[in-house]
Amino acid sequence: MLPRLFSFKGGVKPQTHKTPSVQEPIGLAPLPARLYVPLHQSIGGVPNPRVEVGERVLKGQVIGGADGWLSAAAHASTSGTVIAIEDHLAAHPSGLPTLTVVIEADGSDEWIARTAVDHRSLPPERVREMLRDAGVVGLGGAVFPSHAKLAAAAGVPVEELVINGAECEPYMSCDDVLMRERSDEIVRGIAIFRDLLDARRVLIGIEDNKPAAVAAMQAAVQAQGEDYQVVAVPTRYPAGGAKQLIRVLTGKEVPASKRSTELGVQCFNVGTVHSAYRALAFGEPVISRIVTLTGNLERPRNWEVRLGTPLHELLALGKPKDDTDRYLMGGPMMGFALPGLDAPVVKATNCVIAASPAMFPPSPPEMPCIRCGACAEACPHELQPFELYWFARARNFGKTQEYHIFDCIECGCCSYVCPSHIPLVQYFRFAKSEIWSRERDKKAAEAAKARFELRNAREEREQAEKAARLAKAAAARAAEKKSRPSAAEPAPVEALAAAASPALAADSVDAALVTPPAKSADQPSSAQPALDAEAVKKATIVAAMERARSQRAAAPPRNTEQLSPEQKRQLAAVDARRAALQAEEVAPVAASGASGETAKSGEQQGTAE
Amino acid sequence: MSDFTTPPYLLQERSSVRRVMMQVLLALLPGVAAYVWLIGPIIVVQLAIATLAALAGEALMLRLRQKPLGLFLSDGSAILTAWLIALSFPPLAPWWLIAVGTLFAIVVAKHLYGGLGQNPFNPAMVAFAACIVSFPALMSQWPALGLEASFLEQLRIVAGIAPRIDVMSGATPLDALKTALKLGNGTVDVPTLLATQEVFGHFAGRGWEWVAGGYLLGGLWMWQRRLISWHAPLGFIAGLSVLAAALWALDPQQFADPLFHLFSGGSLLGAFFIVTDPVSGCTTPKGKLIFGLLAGLLAYIIRVFGGFPDGIAFAVLLMNLCVPLIDMYSQPPIFGLKNEK
Repeated sequence: MLPRLFSFKGGVKPQTHKTPSVQEPIGLAPLPARLYVPLHQSIGGVPNPRVEVGERVLKGQVIGGADGWLSAAAHASTSGTVIAIEDHLAAHPSGLPTLTVVIEADGSDEWIARTAVDHRSLPPERVREMLRDAGVVGLGGAVFPSHAKLAAAAGVPVEELVINGAECEPYMSCDDVLMRERSDEIVRGIAIFRDLLDARRVLIGIEDNKPAAVAAMQAAVQAQGEDYQVVAVPTRYPAGGAKQLIRVLTGKEVPASKRSTELGVQCFNVGTVHSAYRALAFGEPVISRIVTLTGNLERPRNWEVRLGTPLHELLALGKPKDDTDRYLMGGPMMGFALPGLDAPVVKATNCVIAASPAMFPPSPPEMPCIRCGACAEACPHELQPFELYWFARARNFGKTQEYHIFDCIECGCCSYVCPSHIPLVQYFRFAKSEIWSRERDKKAAEAAKARFELRNAREEREQAEKAARLAKAAAARAAEKKSRPSAAEPAPVEALAAAASPALAADSVDAALVTPPAKSADQPSSAQPALDAEAVKKATIVAAMERARSQRAAAPPRNTEQLSPEQKRQLAAVDARRAALQAEEVAPVAASGASGETAKSGEQQGTAE
Repeated sequence: MSDFTTPPYLLQERSSVRRVMMQVLLALLPGVAAYVWLIGPIIVVQLAIATLAALAGEALMLRLRQKPLGLFLSDGSAILTAWLIALSFPPLAPWWLIAVGTLFAIVVAKHLYGGLGQNPFNPAMVAFAACIVSFPALMSQWPALGLEASFLEQLRIVAGIAPRIDVMSGATPLDALKTALKLGNGTVDVPTLLATQEVFGHFAGRGWEWVAGGYLLGGLWMWQRRLISWHAPLGFIAGLSVLAAALWALDPQQFADPLFHLFSGGSLLGAFFIVTDPVSGCTTPKGKLIFGLLAGLLAYIIRVFGGFPDGIAFAVLLMNLCVPLIDMYSQPPIFGLKNEK
């Protein structure tokens, strides 16, 4: 019955330190006086604020609407008053502020109207929208909007749905306790994802150092009569990486260049599944999450914490010991040092570790690389980290890409085993960000070039048009002088006039080029060369315009991307004003436009005759 | 760059360059023990001379290059180079030859190329090659095993006080075989030589078999501890034995068997301690195999058909030159892209 297990290469086995935080059940963190809910808590578009300062909000009310498909909504995590929408310190290694809705709690914790839905009674499209608007994102730490992962790739049926309860990071235990205490809801939630993906098999992977969680999940699966397989996988970091778990359970290897659905497999974290279930079956959007609070504390424990709770309030629950010198978010392998404790708990906050020098003694000094290859043996993606290191150091970024730097998941196994104590991952992050910034610069330069060429083309076109008008007038005069009007004659002129119109496609240019010779028998011989030269010129112009247009399409405008919500609001206001003004002007513009048209056609007829 | 206050530098395995080097030194001890049994404690004196010279050279170069002295002097890499030199040079070589060789290895082959981790050539092999070219006579004088010399006498020879002639009439078993075959000019054959000459033991050089066995033991221990992978040693042993076996099968009268070659000269020291050098060797599994294989083939060709008593040093140096090329073309496929191209 047990599926065959596969194994991934590399990996490390650090001490897990998970026991202290699982001694007590999940505690409910108290409601703080103020909540700082950042609008941007997921990968993708920054949600637009949907509330005003001074407005009263209810628990679960949308305060930030998803911006585009790849985005997820943000919600008020309690009822109260919005006292500010401002930049506030974010739980991010950069320490940069982000737009945050500050809510003063009123204490009543009053819910919005919640409606439970059965996902089977709704079209899949609607379910995905509901998940997006409930703010369901990957709670394993990657915070990728889940609805965007819930579609099979074209032509590839989803064979396996992998549910990730591996939790391989040391110290972290939020998924463990969630599976122990709420296995029933997780298993019910899996059905949503299975149905949306139409997955044939469901595999729940849990590291074998969590026997209680495995047992609880197995019991829940059995109780609900599902055919899901709960699999205990060998404990080895990073077994909980999505790609590693997929490999272990299905044998499939997902490269960086592919989506897992292209290989017929998809993976979700147990916390994500649980939040999706609450969102649909109870109408509760994601306003809280389980956070492991552990490390150098009097009381390590898992807490259910409202999003937006300031970290210092959360940490007070654990009572940090005196020698605590810094705090980490995430695990010790892939997390980061918190820039400050004013930052709030967000959807990505799976674990907060109080660290002391005794817990994490300073690393010995960095030595030169001796190419021992320990990193290559430890790399779960089978890269050659030391080669990447040499290339990154030499700023040979082309080579780093050749050696697949973007397949690096920054798991830190290489740094863990390096006898020279080289901060390898930092070199890789450096190389990646340099490559990204160079690509941005290149795109900007290309856009500038396209703009320049467009302007040149426009000027060229305007000059040519002027010349063409003069030539046409001259030709008309010449024709009049010959005073031999015939029925066939206006045709080439019309074709040329049509070619001058910017809306014309290339095939009409061909027509313009072909037409004159066809008619040449009827043409006066003196007009022939002039018309040919004319046609070539027109064709050149049209081709130049086509080129400019395709370049413009290839290089989308840059300055309207990645705007802050503040800027977006301003833009929206400007658009609204403009729309209002245009509405007023519609009538006169239409009238003048119409008269212009008649005048032009009259002129055309005049010249033709 | 060195920000060790954030993940993933919080957790680290208890491993360091020093630890790696110390373990390799430890792995050399069985061979050293057999050497002491065979030749006497003089080899320990030579190891000490080489170590002192290496540390002096290292300290000098670190000072010139303005690098932290304590950190690099204690990394053990210079000592390892020194030991490999002392173990591959003739055991009664004058002290200054060992010192000059070691200094050349550390100053020129290591630090002039950028120090630890940067040297394209194996420093110990550079020292061996430089010395055998510069002092061919001294480098080919091995103690004759029949003539027992007391430790004191050996010391006087090494110090250059006693005359070298009496006890130094010997050659390595490899050299002895080659010279005998050459002098015999077709009238002698390998099986008779091996059976009659005193310098040969059960299947290779008398006593030297045990030294080689010591290296084999240390090498297997390193492999078991995952300090080295099997690729380079196995490649080297395969390269050497396959060629030896082929020629031996063709003409057993003129060519010694593979076992003789494996346990003679520096074969097993080379297989486990020289071609496994990570800095100057290949890094990919396939590359290590190719590197070892070709080094083994070359070593055999040089030692049997060349003018030098052994061919390991030149074979390894020649292969060091090919490392970047081999590495480039032997990159293993990565996770998820194994079926591509």
